[in-house]
Amino acid sequence: MEFYLYLALFSPLVGSLFAGLFGASPKTKLAGIVPTLLLFVSFLSATKLLLYILDGGAPVHVEMMTWMETGSLYIPFGFIVDQVSVTMMMVVTIVSTVVHIYSNGYMDHDKAFNRFFSYLSAFVFSMMILVMSDNFAGLFIGWEGVGLCSWLLIGFWYHKESATWAANEAFIMNRIADLGMLIGIFLVYWNTGTLQYDQAFAAMATLDTDVLTLMGIFLFIGAMGKSAQFPLHTWLADAMEGPTPVSALIHAATMVTAGVYLVVRSNELYSLIPHIGLFIASLGAFVAIFAASMALVNRDMKRIIAYSTLSQLGYMFAAAGLGAYWVALFHLMAHAFFKALLFLGAGNVMHAMHDELDPFKMGGLKKPMKVTYIMMTLASLALAGIFPFAGFFSKDLILEVAMIEHHYVIYSVLVFTAGLTAFYSFRLTALIFEGEERHKLFGIDPHEAYKFMLVGMSPLLLLAIIAGSFKMTYFEMVTAVLPEVHYHIHSEVLAWTMNIGTQLFVIAAILYAYKKYTTIGMNIPDGTSATENSFIYKLLKNQYYIPYAYERFLVEPYRSLSTFFWTQIDQKVVDGTVDGIAGILYQTGEQTRDMQSGNLSTMLKWMVAGTVAMLSLAVVFGLAVKLGA
Amino acid sequence: MFEAIAFYLFAFLTIAMFFITVTTSQALYALTALASGMIFISAFFFILGAEFLGAIQIVVYSGAVMALYAFGMMFFDTTRDVKEKQGNKMIVSGLSVLSAVLVVVIFAAPMVSENITALYPIAEGVGNTQGVGMVLFTKYLIPFEVAAIMLLVAMISGIVLAGKKMDLSLTMMSDAEIRDMKLDQTKKVLS
Amino acid sequence: MMEIGLNHYLVLSTILFAIGLVGVMRRKNLLLLFFATEILLNSVNIAFAAISHYYGDYTGQMFAFFVIAIAASEVAVGLGLLIVWHKRHGNIDLDSMSTMKG
Repeated sequence: MEFYLYLALFSPLVGSLFAGLFGASPKTKLAGIVPTLLLFVSFLSATKLLLYILDGGAPVHVEMMTWMETGSLYIPFGFIVDQVSVTMMMVVTIVSTVVHIYSNGYMDHDKAFNRFFSYLSAFVFSMMILVMSDNFAGLFIGWEGVGLCSWLLIGFWYHKESATWAANEAFIMNRIADLGMLIGIFLVYWNTGTLQYDQAFAAMATLDTDVLTLMGIFLFIGAMGKSAQFPLHTWLADAMEGPTPVSALIHAATMVTAGVYLVVRSNELYSLIPHIGLFIASLGAFVAIFAASMALVNRDMKRIIAYSTLSQLGYMFAAAGLGAYWVALFHLMAHAFFKALLFLGAGNVMHAMHDELDPFKMGGLKKPMKVTYIMMTLASLALAGIFPFAGFFSKDLILEVAMIEHHYVIYSVLVFTAGLTAFYSFRLTALIFEGEERHKLFGIDPHEAYKFMLVGMSPLLLLAIIAGSFKMTYFEMVTAVLPEVHYHIHSEVLAWTMNIGTQLFVIAAILYAYKKYTTIGMNIPDGTSATENSFIYKLLKNQYYIPYAYERFLVEPYRSLSTFFWTQIDQKVVDGTVDGIAGILYQTGEQTRDMQSGNLSTMLKWMVAGTVAMLSLAVVFGLAVKLGA
Repeated sequence: MFEAIAFYLFAFLTIAMFFITVTTSQALYALTALASGMIFISAFFFILGAEFLGAIQIVVYSGAVMALYAFGMMFFDTTRDVKEKQGNKMIVSGLSVLSAVLVVVIFAAPMVSENITALYPIAEGVGNTQGVGMVLFTKYLIPFEVAAIMLLVAMISGIVLAGKKMDLSLTMMSDAEIRDMKLDQTKKVLS
Repeated sequence: MMEIGLNHYLVLSTILFAIGLVGVMRRKNLLLLFFATEILLNSVNIAFAAISHYYGDYTGQMFAFFVIAIAASEVAVGLGLLIVWHKRHGNIDLDSMSTMKG
């Protein structure tokens, strides 16, 4: 079994290194095929491990080698495959394989094809380290690794300044959050003496609540950065500068779920501090509605899907915060499938529309792009939470959790958000696929994507549809490590009302969206209508002016401070000192060069002068010795 | 008492001679003054009971070294006054006076430890020459041999540096070659 | 004053050494510079012999002996070089010999 663990872990690395060999060469098909195959191998190993765990096998725990052994600190390169990590591994490998297959077609015309696959596989490797590690330090390595690869991939087209800016923003925001996470890890080590999950959590049961609160808060700050919770959320929307497969892999399924994974993994900690859990849940609910509101009016296709991701992350944190860790993980899994599918479909549309992002410029694409239409619609249905698709089971569970735990505010917020989710998802699909064909005005002739790309996307479609049926198997498996909480609403009437009511609400939202956006001859928003100039619309359109506030109140002062430090202190003081010292040495050399005049007579005079100096030294020291003795 | 008279006399003479050596503008005067200074210094050696050293001083210094200098002066135009661009007189005299004062101070204030024991004490009953020989050829044998090699090297270097027409060696040529060489010279002279 | 002690000889040696230093610093003709060097060596010899006499040790005389040997070979080599230089440059003035300028 350890063999499969190492195979699953290191195949992406080998693929990345292989593609990296071709980094400077022109595009070669091999650089795309080999990483994809290796990732498929990783997927097969993960499947084998999953079957093993399902069969009741004990978690596979290996220690590859020692990393640090100093004093009482012992950190190994250790990996564990237990129920939680095998779930994450499956999610990561499935989505990564599909994205790799897809990228072979999507990045077909890109010059930096080889480099892309190198970065992509490197990302998968880092993510695997993150989920398979058995201690906080290894988690942190993977954490930073995915941050780095995300930066590389968002800024993949580095000639575009907007892309590099977005990449920097993502990385810096993550870094700020990582400071919190590091403090959390330090606190863990300081109070428990170890960073291994099992030992640390066992020791935490005896600790003081205040300490645990601090630990939980700081670790969650790290999760906030990675999973783009408010206020560290602006990078996610801007990260859409990267190629669409990157958005599908990183910002839908894997990296942004790392924060959720952290909270789920640390469930033993968060169970001890339920007040922090409540805060997390409230924040999650807030983010859910916050992001959904911004997606309502956006005119950028990928951004809408990005806000939808943000919103669903809020759902996951809400579940985790309320103690329903297995529910959060389940929603993570289901969400990964249909969100990745949505992104990939959007990629198809982008390619067909020559990188156009405004859905108002599209329309009626269901005729030329039938398969993509079906895929995106089904994915949107899953996202909205319609029975029997995957989203229904996971989302509904979260709503039940909120109701059972008597957090009615959270419940109502989440229900309302479900409606908003349905609305904006179908606003998007309606604008793109239904209605009149506005794209003809721009002379664009769209065509469907390559067959193999569509075939590659089909596993995700399948999973988006049937993942709900895994619920029971999954529950039995994962509650070996996660708290086993059954969520049953005692009153049958209430249960049915909730389910049916939510479904009706969602379906109503879908129909409203369709009606609004598929009427032939509807008004395109052009900036003059009353709705557009209303305060709320402007607020939502500008993302609540938060990026503007960050730019004005954080970035600008920091930039002027940095400039000040650079010109005044670094250049004048530091450089001046260093140059001054060198200058002194140089000047001394220049002055004393005259001593070396080549004239013997002068040099003899210098010699006598030196002798006199040494004689005087002898006199002085001799006198000192004699008088001291 | 004789010792005191001799000391002061020769001291005065030596200082005078050496002073002339360093200040005169004529090279020949300097050479002569130096030679006489050497002789007077050997007088000191005799006063101090180092007869062998005194004899060596006269033979080597006044005899060989001065002769060498005299030969060297043959190459240079010694009738011409030595024109010297004088440097700063103050620095020169100041430095030397200062060094002299410092050395005297070092000697005057007794900084040397009082209990120095002789390494090779002067033997009783033997003369200075014999005593020197006893120490030189036993304890100082290796420096002696090394000094001999050094003198050999100096001699060879002197020959090489100053010799002329040394690429031709009459002893290594056969009679026929010598005859041919002489005929060539004659031909060159007559033509 | 009548009794000649070690200090007298040492002071004499110092005075001669100072005269030698003056010569070394002052002379611009290379040959005359060599003369001044000889003075230095001789003054040191006096000091060695004096110490040897007053401490009853042969070591001083041995040292003086070797100094003389060294001075002799130094003169030989030095004059040889001086002759070669004179042949090349025609004069032996120190101020013109500054090819080793730093």
